[in-house]
Amino acid sequence: MSWLERFARPKVSGLFRKPDIPHDLWEKCEKCEQMIFHRELESNLRVCPRCDHHMRLGADQRLALLFDGEEYQTIELPAVDEDPLRFRDRKRYSDRLREARSNTGHDDAIVVAHGKIGGAPAVVAAFDFGFLGGSMGTAVGESLLAAARLAILQEAPLIVIPSSGGARMQEGVLSLMQMARTTIAVDELKEAGVPYIVLLTNPTTGGVTASFAMLGDIAIAEPGAVIGFAGPRVIEETIRERLPEGFQRAEYLRDHGMVDMVVHRRKLRETLSLLLSLLRDKKPAAEIISLHGDAPSKSDVKDEPASAGAE
Amino acid sequence: MNSYLDFEKPIAEIEGKLQELRHLSDDSGVNMLDEVSRLEGKVDRLLKQTYSRLTPWQKTLVARHQLRPHCSDYISRLITDFLPLAGDRAFGEDRAVIGGLGRFQGHTVMVIGQEKGSDTEGRVAHNFGMANPEGYRKASRLLRLAERFQVPVLTLIDTPGAYPGIGAEERGQSEAIARCIEACLDVRVPVVALIIGEGGSGGAIALGVANRVLMMEHAIYSVISPEGCASILWRDAALAETAAEALRLTAEDLHALGVIDGIVPEPVGGAHRDAASTIDRAGSALEEAFADLRGLDGAALRGQRREKYLELGAVAEG
Ligand SMILES: [Zn+2]
Repeated sequence: MSWLERFARPKVSGLFRKPDIPHDLWEKCEKCEQMIFHRELESNLRVCPRCDHHMRLGADQRLALLFDGEEYQTIELPAVDEDPLRFRDRKRYSDRLREARSNTGHDDAIVVAHGKIGGAPAVVAAFDFGFLGGSMGTAVGESLLAAARLAILQEAPLIVIPSSGGARMQEGVLSLMQMARTTIAVDELKEAGVPYIVLLTNPTTGGVTASFAMLGDIAIAEPGAVIGFAGPRVIEETIRERLPEGFQRAEYLRDHGMVDMVVHRRKLRETLSLLLSLLRDKKPAAEIISLHGDAPSKSDVKDEPASAGAE
Repeated sequence: MNSYLDFEKPIAEIEGKLQELRHLSDDSGVNMLDEVSRLEGKVDRLLKQTYSRLTPWQKTLVARHQLRPHCSDYISRLITDFLPLAGDRAFGEDRAVIGGLGRFQGHTVMVIGQEKGSDTEGRVAHNFGMANPEGYRKASRLLRLAERFQVPVLTLIDTPGAYPGIGAEERGQSEAIARCIEACLDVRVPVVALIIGEGGSGGAIALGVANRVLMMEHAIYSVISPEGCASILWRDAALAETAAEALRLTAEDLHALGVIDGIVPEPVGGAHRDAASTIDRAGSALEEAFADLRGLDGAALRGQRREKYLELGAVAEG
């Protein structure tokens, strides 16, 4: 069986379901500490209505937020050796995996889906931070490769949405190798001329940032998202200085030239739709206006190549 | 003169005695040759014994040993006509990364390596081998330069990791590393990497994606330092020894996992006991690696490199 048949098979359980309403109807904003009514928070895309803090979204919520009509199909993640090192810290890695699966309903820290955004096909790979901190091991690397190949096959742009603390330590150096493998995925997209867009969400750090996440043709960040290579505590311990205000936040990165834009969650779908259409429909939507003053008549434009050829 | 690691105490004791004996026989004229040679034999056996079964944590200590030959030692012994090239053409020159053109066994090569420094002054100048974004951008630049002139690339890896600093983050540490990995994967020339000491995380793989990845016998290569791993997963940095076991960071482990292609044996007692012969052994292994790649064209080299990393972690279909 080829990789194509293997991953292009849709998962029956992958069709979107609305998340269950939690029992407690109020949630506390981690930033302003206000209590917010659950329904108000959901209708506001989990952005605090008081202080605009963008709360974390699970992979399902992410996908529902971006795809037209909240409709999409997920693909089965490629099979990998799940516990190559037979790793055990205070817990067995295999037990951690089992728990994460039952808590999130996902096979690993990433969900790959395809559907339409702004009426045109797109592939989205969304991380789930709830799955072992969104960490990248072999399964995530392999899934990003599958996502890239699906995008190439469909001639559709790939949008990757990291939310990850970095490499998955329990897979040792094999998780480090995913930095190289996901970079290959990005290069395959570039060679195929397929747009690769990264939406950096809170948090995007470590080995994830230092590979595919910082290689987007276009880099978009969510407001307030922590994005960086080293963790703030490690930096503080190394340099023994207080970190500047807003350090490693999305806006800070934008001001330092590291991302193209910081986009409010409410504007995300609209922004992505526009971006994708600009990359797709490259023909002018309106008549070209001449840079040399008078608007050219259609015959002028037509004549130009002919007269150039005659000289 | 020698600086001993904790687990080398029994060796240190005997070598201390040996020293005394030699002095004694010099001063008194009494011939103690028999005793000296007996002790020498004992040291030899102990070294062989100890170093043939170093634990992963002991290897970590050996890999970080201050007297271990560093990047510049390898360059000065293996590379002739070395001409260092500096700067990233954007912000600065990062001395944690040494790069330049030179000749390896007569052939022009581009050498790019991480230098930890060998005395206090040097360690500060080279930032203990921890590169800023400029170091990785300089490396990317030199990789592209090598490609343009069809010059093979040799990378020498020895770093605790990329530098965690405010400026490093502001100037895009992660982007610089990602681009460097991309350049290593992309260039249409042979790339051979040698991990000479500490292969620390993202800072190491930035220069570690190659057609052939070799590793010195007692070097380590890991996604995180054992101390860092212990403090996160065990919530106790003192359990670094346990973490080192679990991480599978030795050359032997990595070879079994398919992450590296070859192991360069070190002299008895580790590289820090005999830098010259260590580097010569590395030289022969590198010669072989480059010879294997000779005759492959640019596209084949690039394809082979990609294929190698794509195959890692893929599961055999049943
Ligand atoms: Zn709030």
